[in-house]
Amino acid sequence: MAAGSADKFSVLLPTYNERENLPLVVWLLARTFQESGNNYEIIIIDDGSPDGTQEIAEQLEKIYGSDKILLRPRARKLGLGTAYIHGMKHATGNFIVIMDADLSHHPKFIPEFIRKQKEGNFDIVSGTRYKGNGGVYGWDLKRKLISRGANFLTQVLLRPGASDLTGSFRLYRKEVLQKLMDKCVSKGYVFQMEMIVRARQLGFTIGEVPISFVDRVYGESKLGGNEIVSFLKGLLTLFATT
Amino acid sequence: VRFSLLLSFQAAMTKLGQWLCGLALLGSAWAALALAPPGLQLPAPFRQALLPLPIYLLVTFGCYSLATVGYRLATFNDCQEAAAELQEHISAARTDLRRRGLRF
Repeated sequence: MAAGSADKFSVLLPTYNERENLPLVVWLLARTFQESGNNYEIIIIDDGSPDGTQEIAEQLEKIYGSDKILLRPRARKLGLGTAYIHGMKHATGNFIVIMDADLSHHPKFIPEFIRKQKEGNFDIVSGTRYKGNGGVYGWDLKRKLISRGANFLTQVLLRPGASDLTGSFRLYRKEVLQKLMDKCVSKGYVFQMEMIVRARQLGFTIGEVPISFVDRVYGESKLGGNEIVSFLKGLLTLFATT
Repeated sequence: VRFSLLLSFQAAMTKLGQWLCGLALLGSAWAALALAPPGLQLPAPFRQALLPLPIYLLVTFGCYSLATVGYRLATFNDCQEAAAELQEHISAARTDLRRRGLRF
């Protein structure tokens, strides 16, 4: 395996109505990678956002260059799993970073993911809100309780060997992500959980890095009963089938 | 040998399967000891402690769960500095992007 300078990191950014946040995320990503000296590309998978996200993505492509910003939009909202698959087809990096495009995940953690990956030669590095100095901003007590309670239930039932299963800020080896995408069938939160569970089944190694999750949208989108029910259904399905 | 057998069970079974196996094992052991015929019974004090054991274990687990979730809730980090830092970064980003020609 060649030296670290041969590594390239493809960041997959599925977007829906992120016109406000997308330029900020891209700016932070570009700055982070420039400072760390890593080779990178950002793949923006917009699902036909009505707010002009694609238009602003095109401006970003002009500013940063089409070798760094790859636009791979889709006609309509088709879901996260297929967005990853679609994005990966065009990824030329040997590592894939998945993260949220709404600034809840800060790109500054990516160099720490990279460092952790090298340290343990991990197949996956997962950002965790529940260990070390990881944490959350913008959640009230009820939201935190639901989060901790759900995580506890997941730990008891699945014994996954990772502290934050529903997190979506991760670094994967490209081949590992491709293998996992083939096997995973769930949606939403459960999809992220299933990836980790299947990864363990397949013998992949997982490292963890504490991250801070800054929730600025919680006020608008409450965690509803529907989401809790589908989480529980998904958890029980994983419990019974893996 | 027993350990590797355990590992291979874990690899082959679903989590649900492992739980059912474990519960079946413990359950049958408990039933055998607690409901044994008079000739094979343990001394009285042991039997008295054994009978309610499943309930005790359930309650203990319940208390452990509450304590653990409560502790984790109380120690859930509040990332104030991260939020403040993000605000600064957002301002810097907007300024720089405007300078580079981005029309918001």
